[in-house]
Parts: sequence; C-alpha cells; structure tokens
Amino acid sequence: MAPAIDISGVSVRFMSERAAVTALEDVSFTVDQAGFLTLLGPSGCGKSTLLRVVADIITPSSGQVRVLGGTADAARRQREIGFVFQDATLLPWRNVIDNVRLPLQIGGNPRKGARSPEELLKLVGLAGWERAFPHELSGGMRQRVSIARALLGDPKILLMDEPFGALDEITRDRLNDELLQIWRETGTTILFVTHAIHEAAYLGQRVMVLAARPGRVREIVPVDLPEPRQLAMRDTAEFGALAGRLRTVLENC
Amino acid sequence: MDDHATWLAAQKRLAWKRRALPLIGAGTLLFIWWALIAFFDVKPFIAPAPQVVLVTLWQKKDMLFANLVPTMVEALAGFTIGNLVAVGIATLFVHRKSIEMAFFPIVVLINSIPIVAKAPILVLLLGNGMAPKIAIAAVICFFPTLVNMVRGLEAVSPQALELMHVLSAGKWEIFRRLRLPTSIPYLFSALKIAASTAVVGAIVGEWIGSQEGIGALIIQATYNFDSALLYATVICGSCFSVLFFLVIRLLERLCVRWVPR
Repeated sequence: MAPAIDISGVSVRFMSERAAVTALEDVSFTVDQAGFLTLLGPSGCGKSTLLRVVADIITPSSGQVRVLGGTADAARRQREIGFVFQDATLLPWRNVIDNVRLPLQIGGNPRKGARSPEELLKLVGLAGWERAFPHELSGGMRQRVSIARALLGDPKILLMDEPFGALDEITRDRLNDELLQIWRETGTTILFVTHAIHEAAYLGQRVMVLAARPGRVREIVPVDLPEPRQLAMRDTAEFGALAGRLRTVLENC
Repeated sequence: MDDHATWLAAQKRLAWKRRALPLIGAGTLLFIWWALIAFFDVKPFIAPAPQVVLVTLWQKKDMLFANLVPTMVEALAGFTIGNLVAVGIATLFVHRKSIEMAFFPIVVLINSIPIVAKAPILVLLLGNGMAPKIAIAAVICFFPTLVNMVRGLEAVSPQALELMHVLSAGKWEIFRRLRLPTSIPYLFSALKIAASTAVVGAIVGEWIGSQEGIGALIIQATYNFDSALLYATVICGSCFSVLFFLVIRLLERLCVRWVPR
C-alpha cells in the first residue's frame, strides 16, 4: 500500500520584503495510511508551511510531493484533504450546521461522504447545537465545528495546524482524547502541527521534530506508548522519558 | 430573589431614563429657544419663535410636502445609483489590483473636492432638471461606499481564503460565499452615512437654479426673510434624512444578525 503522504527533498523558498527566505530545506518523510504523525518545532521552523505544501496551498520550490500516490493538487481536487486551522475559521453569518455543510456547496461536484453533517456534529459532541451561531460558541466548540467541517466527505487525510493552540489546557486535553477517538473511528491519516511537547507525544504514533531557520527535519521519534492512549499515561515514567527526549532534541535544534 | 428584584428595578429605571432624558433635553432646548426670542425681542425676519415654526409647519404642510417629494426622489435615486456604482467598482478593484492602483488616487482626489464646488460642474453638464441633483446625490454617496466596500471585500482572513482553496473554490464562489458576506457590515456602515449625505447632495443641487424642492425653498425663504418658513423647511428636510437613516439601520439589523451587539 502506498503511503498516504510521501514527501521527498522538499524545499520552499520565497521572497520576503527584504531577502530570500528558505522556509523549508530538503524535507523528506512519509506517513502511512491511517497513520498519525505530529510535527513539533519552534516557531519559524516551517511546520505550517509543510502542512500547506501537503494541502497544495503552497507549491514547493523543489522536491516531490505525493499524496495518496498522486499529486497534492489531485488529492485536493478529489476532496481527500481536510484542513483544520489554528483559528476555527468559521463563517460567522452561517449557523453551525451550515458551516459544516459548506464543503458540499463549494467546488463543483463535492463528495457527500458516509457521514451526514448532523452525524459529524454528533461525532464531535455538538449534537443539539445545529442552529447556534459561531459567536455564541466557546473557542473549543468552534474548533469542534471546524473539525466536523474538515471531516465532511470522509477525506483520507486530515491536516491540523495547531488546532488547539489557543484553547485552555482542560479543553485541550479533552479535545486531544476526542481527536484520538475520531482518528480510530474514521481511519483518517492525520498530520498534526503543535508546539506543545506533551500534545505531540500523546497524540502521535511518531513525532517529527523540526529545526528552525531554515526549517528541516531534525529527527523522527517513534512513540512507544500503548494503544489506546489515555490521559493517565501522561503520569507514567515512560511518557516522562519520551517528553524529556523530545525536549532534548528540541533544545539542540 | 431579592437581589434579582432590585436588579430588575434598576434595569427598569435605566430603560426609563434612556427614553425620558433625550425628551427632557429636547424640551429644555426648545424652552431656551423660546425664552431667548421672547427676552431679546428678536424680530421674526431674523429668527422665529418655536411656536411660530410649528404653526407654519401645519399651515404650509401641503406646500412643504410638495417640495419634499422631488428632494426625496432625487435623494433616493442618487443613493441607489451612487451605491450600486460604488459596489460595482469596488468589486472590480478587488479583482483587478492594477485598475485599483491606477484609479484609486484619482478617486481620492475627486473626493477631496467639496460638494458645493462639484455641484455647479454637474449642473452645467446635466442641465436644470432632476438629473444634476440625482448626480450630485449619487456622487456624494459614491465615495464612502467605494472606500468601505473595498475594505470590506478585502477584510477576509487569509485562513478563510486558504480554506476556500482547499475546497477548490473558484473566484466567483469565493466572491459569493466569502467576500460578499464579509463586506455586508462594512457596506451598511457606508449606507448609513450615505443615507444622510444623499439628502444633503439633493438639497445642495437644488440651490443652483431650481424652482422646487427643499433646497429651492430654503433659498426662497432666505431671500424673502421668511424665517419661519426657512426653519419649517429645514425641519422637513432633516425629518426625511433621519427617517431614511432609520430605515437603513432597520435593514442592517435584519440583514446583519451575526455581529454581536
């Protein structure tokens, strides 16, 4: 089976106002289908840029991007990619259910998928909130809506750009668990960007640590925690050792 | 429960105050107006007493209304045309940056010419009928709407644009589903300004060689030292202006429900 995401030798350079900036340099990695890879790194390491390369938002200056065996462009057009932004990016004039439905109304011939918008809202724990407007929801609830929207049409790949970065820790922990459950239920391949060590270690099957300026792969650390993950694992010595190791790798970036 | 009752009572007092105080303020000013006229024995050709204005408003209501109608038509027509053109050009500017760069400075320059200076030019161009008044009202509405609409259409977040790209949205879809709804609150703040300025534009247009309309009546009353009629005319014009503004605000409340107030 071809890997869901296969990146080899990807570099991204662009012109800023003053000089040429290398956002990513010679990045290579693969993610298997139904895999969960977290991207961990300091700000400016190009982790968001990397997600946008996979989503075909940014075209790399060099290197090869294969998504589900084809190009990123084809994967995007076939609606195989769901994207969750740091900010929920809901349309404020649409209520919750209409926000989840947005992908059905855009881009010509969109995929319906196995789950209806209502079912997806139930999946993210927002049943009964269909008619509410974004400004009536908390930050955590808004982000749940955006996850439901990203899952519409059953994309094979879910790209998440620090989705829980702006939330309080209690909400973040809960959403981490819910995300893992969604991942197990849907079998989606997830690429998850974060700058929180604990989150990266708790969620990922592997953690890819990136170094900054220019952004490059520092190390890919496998996570040997038992499945399914539970929040209590964070108190084990194993988890502590893993977090410590990630911290050491980050500090040597 | 007691606290709740106290709170409710306080809310009630506050609501009552909000309604009563502006009325008391207006009443006070009317009284001062009356007192000044009476105390200094101001002659009616300089300034009328409030009760005289009231009587004039009643006695000449048919004539006033007959003159209000053309002003209303001009203001409404100018408002519609000016705003439609502004929205169209804003859409063009947002999609063709080079056109915006070429013409926006000129737009700003023309906007800086005062309307009383633009009015004679338009009267010369368009003759003496309703057309120049409508044009002046349209021009005066055009600029704030253009500026606000460009801002509104560009006020979309970069992430929302990326979302549209991930969904493979076309330019038209991005415009209809994202840019246009984003711009609606901006459009309404411009329309609220335009509602009052359109009336100003129509009146200024009528100052120059017109036989009817609020503007013409203002000029006639001034030349005839008919201060009571002058004041009554001004009141008619501003009542329409306020009414127009309130209608737009009502529309805004109906259309823009997502911005928390």
